[in-house]
Amino acid sequence: MSTHVSVPKTYKLYVNGAFPRSESGRVYEVVDSKGRFLANAAQASRKDARDAVVAARAAVGGWSGATAYNRGQVLYRVAEVLEGRRAQFEDEIVRQEGVSASAARAQVDEAIDRWVWYAGWADKYAQVAGNANPVSGPYFNLSVPEPTGVVAIVAPQDSALLGLVSAVAPALVAGNTVVVVASEAHPLSAITLGEVLATSDLPKGVVNVLTGSPAELAPWLASHADVNALDLVGASALEWIDLEIAAAETLKRVLPPEEGPDAAAPSLARIGAFTEIKTVWHTKALI
Amino acid sequence: MSFLEYAPAPESTAILDLKPEYGLFIDGEFTPAAGESFLTISPATEKPIARIANGTEADVDRAVAAARKAYEKTWSRMSGRDRGKYLFRIARLVQERARELAVAESLDNGKPIKESRDVDVPLVAAWFFYYAGWADKLEYAGVGANPRSLGVAAQVIPWNFPLLMLAWKIAPALAAGNTVVLKPAETTPLTALLFAEILQQADLPAGVVNIVTGAGETGRALVNHPDVNKVAFTGSTAVGREIARSTAGTGKKLTLELGGKAANIVFDDAPIDQAIEGIVNGIFFNQGHVCCAGSRLLVQESIHDEVVERLKSRLETLRVGDPLDKNTDVGAINSAEQLARIRELSEIGEAEGAERWSPACELPENGFWFAPTIFTNVSTSHRIAREEIFGPVLSVLSFRTPAEAIAKANNTPYGLSAGIWSEKGSRILAVADKLRAGVIWANTFNRFDPASPFGGYKESGYGREGGRHGLAAYLKEGAGAMSESAVRSRRDASPERAVLSQSTTKEEQ
Repeated sequence: MSTHVSVPKTYKLYVNGAFPRSESGRVYEVVDSKGRFLANAAQASRKDARDAVVAARAAVGGWSGATAYNRGQVLYRVAEVLEGRRAQFEDEIVRQEGVSASAARAQVDEAIDRWVWYAGWADKYAQVAGNANPVSGPYFNLSVPEPTGVVAIVAPQDSALLGLVSAVAPALVAGNTVVVVASEAHPLSAITLGEVLATSDLPKGVVNVLTGSPAELAPWLASHADVNALDLVGASALEWIDLEIAAAETLKRVLPPEEGPDAAAPSLARIGAFTEIKTVWHTKALI
Repeated sequence: MSFLEYAPAPESTAILDLKPEYGLFIDGEFTPAAGESFLTISPATEKPIARIANGTEADVDRAVAAARKAYEKTWSRMSGRDRGKYLFRIARLVQERARELAVAESLDNGKPIKESRDVDVPLVAAWFFYYAGWADKLEYAGVGANPRSLGVAAQVIPWNFPLLMLAWKIAPALAAGNTVVLKPAETTPLTALLFAEILQQADLPAGVVNIVTGAGETGRALVNHPDVNKVAFTGSTAVGREIARSTAGTGKKLTLELGGKAANIVFDDAPIDQAIEGIVNGIFFNQGHVCCAGSRLLVQESIHDEVVERLKSRLETLRVGDPLDKNTDVGAINSAEQLARIRELSEIGEAEGAERWSPACELPENGFWFAPTIFTNVSTSHRIAREEIFGPVLSVLSFRTPAEAIAKANNTPYGLSAGIWSEKGSRILAVADKLRAGVIWANTFNRFDPASPFGGYKESGYGREGGRHGLAAYLKEGAGAMSESAVRSRRDASPERAVLSQSTTKEEQ
């Protein structure tokens, strides 16, 4: 019986529904907790970040224009496909983080459950966050949340999958599109998640995953005029105040860094942070 | 005498009992400022009204200390029910002194008395009345079951709706349990100081609201004060940007209500009579000193000429002049500086090739005045179609299809408001969905209500004022409060959570 020689995967970026290499041709070594080589990940450049923003912007109309029921189903589909791939995620988490198999399993469980929790909000969030306003006059007046547009995220850096899912899912619920910079040390799960997204009926460009150096990429995203919001949840080790200052130039909505295992804990506030309340007044006839 | 000629009908200023000089309102008392003072003038006559203190950094420090003390010792400990009663008192006192406040506002700001009397001041009372009722119902505000106040709020307001902007800021802040230091605009401090007298009459505990008058430096000192927990600003996008930069990394919660360049879209099936009135109200209300003004008129090509012609004939009937005259439609420009800006941009509009038109009207000799102005043949790249003029100047553009109207309307870094005129409800709702703006008026314009959230998309700022959402801007989720999901996952999956925490800790080591 011959021994199977394995076929290792090339980890590339996930941009606009495809898996390109970095245009810079750069890669960096991803190692396990003991410093052993795991893979070469693509090291995204400024140009890759800008391409990702272009893809995300182009996807805003379709994703935000889809019915909430449709968005909810597509997001639920992501959880289904994630579940089917759980063995691969567990294996990658063990190899990247150096944790036990049961800890990896727990991380995947929670990632799937959180994704399902957020998927269910897609067609309910507007009911909870919006309302009719009893104005003093003959007007129909309604306030509803709408997506803010393109959200750039620096994913939590200490977690391979759960942190990423916890930051990306809430941004998608209301109809935003995402450019996410994955954990620099544990980027492999992010690209595998990209494979899940690519096969879950999520339109291309809705989520774009960059691997590489957050310190290099985040400033370009923070200052990019076509990015509407910046989630710095995983940016505590960066010069994040400078990133917030750069974001002020185009008045981006900014979420600050969070640390620890509760970073990006599931909440309605995370969905709301990337929405805008629109209020429509309409006259009523005097009859 | 033609039907347009009226005898003068000025509102008497005898109702005012102004002091020649006002100090800063800190810790419940009017106190002299440490620094210089300046004169506030009537923009209609350039005559001085009163001498106003120019708050220094030391004054701001005193005011913030008073607000902090009042927060810790009084206001944050008071029941919501009692806080609410103080706000109800304020609402009633505003109603009682409504005429006096309206006269003072028109005198200091230059806006027509019919607007200050019928719009600004009634809305001020309504705002306090609305938020008074929220004070003991905060758990329904939408920020979780255990909402908490933020602390000391620093509030900086503009000159276009001096007392109304004060109400937008102070009412929700106090209802939520915060204390306040407010800086009125340099050119319009008068009604905020009369409001301080109202607070004394309401017996509001000392230090809960402090009013520090001054210019840009005073506002900067307030916003950057380290003991402030919340910053709320209404004004220009340039200053908003500066505040967003200077508060970065401080953890101060920020609400910014900035500039706009609203599109007012008129479809060929619009109710034309109402649309003409709405266009006029949209841009000439308050001399166009309105951040949500409908300053870009987008008219469907087939009715362009008719709409422009009817607009012109309507503008011929607008009465420009004495703000205190009850028949005045358009008052004075608020300051020489603002007048210069309006003149400059209008000259640029002409130079760039747009066609300028104003009705024949006699402007008073003294004071700051600008005739209502319409620019036609405006293209989307013209500066008068892109920059906020903040004056009685309308830029008219045309479109052929709804898609073109939407694209042109959204072609701006701003996103505060928009108007849609059509008799077809399905078209209105479809267009409203696609406009990137926080407030959309359909077959109406420039409506405001305390129950209705107001605020912008994109570079028009963030956060909302008014309604439930405006209250949430002054609250945070209380400690121990957690989302349903987090509670569930903690309870159901605690062993896994424990494992997960260990793994993360290990990684950090």
